[in-house]
Amino acid sequence: MIYREAGDFKTSYGADNQTFPIKGDRFAYYLVLAFAFLVMPFIINDYWANAIVVPFLIYAIAALGLNILLGYCGQLSLGTGAFMACGAYACYKLMVAFPGLNIVFVIVLAGLVTAGVGVLFGLPSLRIKGFYLAVATLAAQFFLIWLFTRTPWFYNYSPTGMISAPTRTVLGYPVTGPQASAVSIYLLCLVFVVALAWLARNMTRGTLGRKWMAIRDMDIAAEIIGVNPLMAKLSAFAVSSFFVGIAGALFFAAYLGAAEAGEAFGIDKSFLVLFMVIVGGLGSVLGSFLGAAFLIVGPVLLKLLLVNQLGWSSDLAAHLEIMIIGAMIIIFLIMEPHGLAALWRTIKEKLRLWPFPH
Amino acid sequence: MKMTRLAAVLAVTMTAAAPALADTLHFPMLNYRTGPFAPGGIPFADGYQDYLTLINERDGGIGGVPIRMTECETAYNTERGVECYQSIRGDNPLIIQPLSTGITYQLIPRTMEDRVPMHTMGYGRTSAVNGEVFNWTFNYPGTYWDGASVIINYLLDENDGSLDGKKIVLLYHNSAYGREPIPTLTRLSERLGYQFIPIAVDSPGQEQGNQWLQIRRERPDYVLMWGWGVMNSVAVQEAANIRFNMNNFIGVWWSGSEQDVMPAGAGAHGYRSLAMHGTGRDYPIYDDIQQYVVDRGRAAGQGDQIGTVLYSRGMYAAMLAVEAARTAQEIHGVANITSEMMRDGMANLSITEERMAELGLPGFGPAFEVTCQNHGGSGAAMIQEWDANNRTWNLITDWIMPDREMIMEMVMEDSLAFAAESNITPGCLN
Repeated sequence: MIYREAGDFKTSYGADNQTFPIKGDRFAYYLVLAFAFLVMPFIINDYWANAIVVPFLIYAIAALGLNILLGYCGQLSLGTGAFMACGAYACYKLMVAFPGLNIVFVIVLAGLVTAGVGVLFGLPSLRIKGFYLAVATLAAQFFLIWLFTRTPWFYNYSPTGMISAPTRTVLGYPVTGPQASAVSIYLLCLVFVVALAWLARNMTRGTLGRKWMAIRDMDIAAEIIGVNPLMAKLSAFAVSSFFVGIAGALFFAAYLGAAEAGEAFGIDKSFLVLFMVIVGGLGSVLGSFLGAAFLIVGPVLLKLLLVNQLGWSSDLAAHLEIMIIGAMIIIFLIMEPHGLAALWRTIKEKLRLWPFPH
Repeated sequence: MKMTRLAAVLAVTMTAAAPALADTLHFPMLNYRTGPFAPGGIPFADGYQDYLTLINERDGGIGGVPIRMTECETAYNTERGVECYQSIRGDNPLIIQPLSTGITYQLIPRTMEDRVPMHTMGYGRTSAVNGEVFNWTFNYPGTYWDGASVIINYLLDENDGSLDGKKIVLLYHNSAYGREPIPTLTRLSERLGYQFIPIAVDSPGQEQGNQWLQIRRERPDYVLMWGWGVMNSVAVQEAANIRFNMNNFIGVWWSGSEQDVMPAGAGAHGYRSLAMHGTGRDYPIYDDIQQYVVDRGRAAGQGDQIGTVLYSRGMYAAMLAVEAARTAQEIHGVANITSEMMRDGMANLSITEERMAELGLPGFGPAFEVTCQNHGGSGAAMIQEWDANNRTWNLITDWIMPDREMIMEMVMEDSLAFAAESNITPGCLN
């Protein structure tokens, strides 16, 4: 009933291969985009933008990045936090060194710098696999954070080692620093999310994505049919780190405003993004968004419900929140080991047949 | 059915902002009662809340206007701290006290923009002492640089005025907080000729084997500590294990409370730390707290922290906030003050010996005056020593003054660099 597919014929290969082949999905997608760009900026209040929606969008980018590496190319990485830090520090250094450069380019450049670092730390993946690679990327996590906290050049010799984002504008509106309004930060993040999700979706459908998936499914077989594992693995590391670097740059410049490597980009960040990818669904763009929503928006909503609505004490709520989110992760993974995206896939299949399932 | 109920719950949750109540003074509390730093966060939060409850119960509020308290859990995490700040900033908060140097750095530019004063008592950004640049940030009665200088002055006193050739280790929490005293200690080492070795401990600090191995190898004359949470008790335990002379191990005021030394038992005997205020239950105010707060069943938390070092500190922070609100009411002649009036009250705050005695806290903290040029108070502190047999902290010195001349020099450098970075023209607001 919800999906009316009768009469929805495809007459060209292009139409058949489009991202959303079902008409209902396509409309829903355009509707969401229109809502996010045209309605949200007018109705969203500061608290919702700053505390819930902006971190959700930024973590969605990071989850997309890790999903490319882990979900599409099958390379396990525990260095996401460090690569986010890399994006943040690159962003800071570029912002300070080139005050006239538009912040959008600064963030993209920060992503490129991180891509380079990611390739460097991706080199061991050519020799080691699986859990051993996870340990190698763990080394990246600790090494990079150590580098950023111990080398004063990265934080411009500030006495405390904190980096703070100066004010930068896009089209005259400040998007970083304390003067930035919640709506302009939201729109900046939204533009990056939409552009990067579009990029991720199309990359993974094309040659590059197919090479990644071939490597993921069986690397020896992939090599035999002509996939160059060096290029495939390193490109996955580069693209993934590019995404994660942009997420880190936005996290520092737009969301936090000031950051310190050890505290903001520690190992717990790596695990948080990893959990998003696993809970959301490996190898799925939608899954990255669902995972980020679950682990970022979930706790805040739970807090608002318990503290602001039910009036419970905040420490009790904080403890309960940890337990509830943990229990929900386990329940979801038992019910649907392939993540929230697979859950949605099942629901969609049922909806397409409903109300005549046989 | 299930879905509609869920949707209803979500819809209710969406209207997050609590309705602003008329005629109350909103004192938000950014607490941390969970996470690895909860042992320090809980007593501070209890003391802060109990004092405000006392003012409400005994005096009916400040100048007749009741205090409204809201609590937000930060878990000492900067992201959650920012989220907490976002949730209260629309609700007319009068004063923000995050009890975290990391969160302070996030909030300094935001509070400047929102025109909400922030008080970081004995923590935060030291250069906020320069009120011409940091109009909305206050850190009286003392700062980290004052603390570092007080310890060095104390050591100078102990060593007949010369630290030449001595070796001093700083064991610090590897965060913005722990790194704060390094510039002062470095500069003092150049001036006084001691050898300065900073050793970092990564948060939260449960694992310090390496650091203490290095300390054993270096054989320092003194070890200073800038620690917080579990790092403190682990360090004291490690020092006891290597039989380091505890009289030569001195912590900052955040590394000198009961829970830091209790786990090491008798081994912690003689450990010293800075004290920015008195401690224990020998002050008249505790009779009132017992009568109006505890006996009425309104004590915060478990009610088992009363009289501890960090409880006293939370109470002290609340006392200074209430006094600032009173000053603001006097200046502006209105009882229902705004955050901007509150800032004026803080910028003109004067704490005298007589006033502290009136409040039931004679000799509790230093007497000081806040001015536009000096948001940092006097910077004086005392040294206290742990007596493991009686389980008490004993003050072993009187107030020791820091080397304010050198500190102000450094404050000017750092604050003017900040002003240039963020396009602020230094100047007073009133």
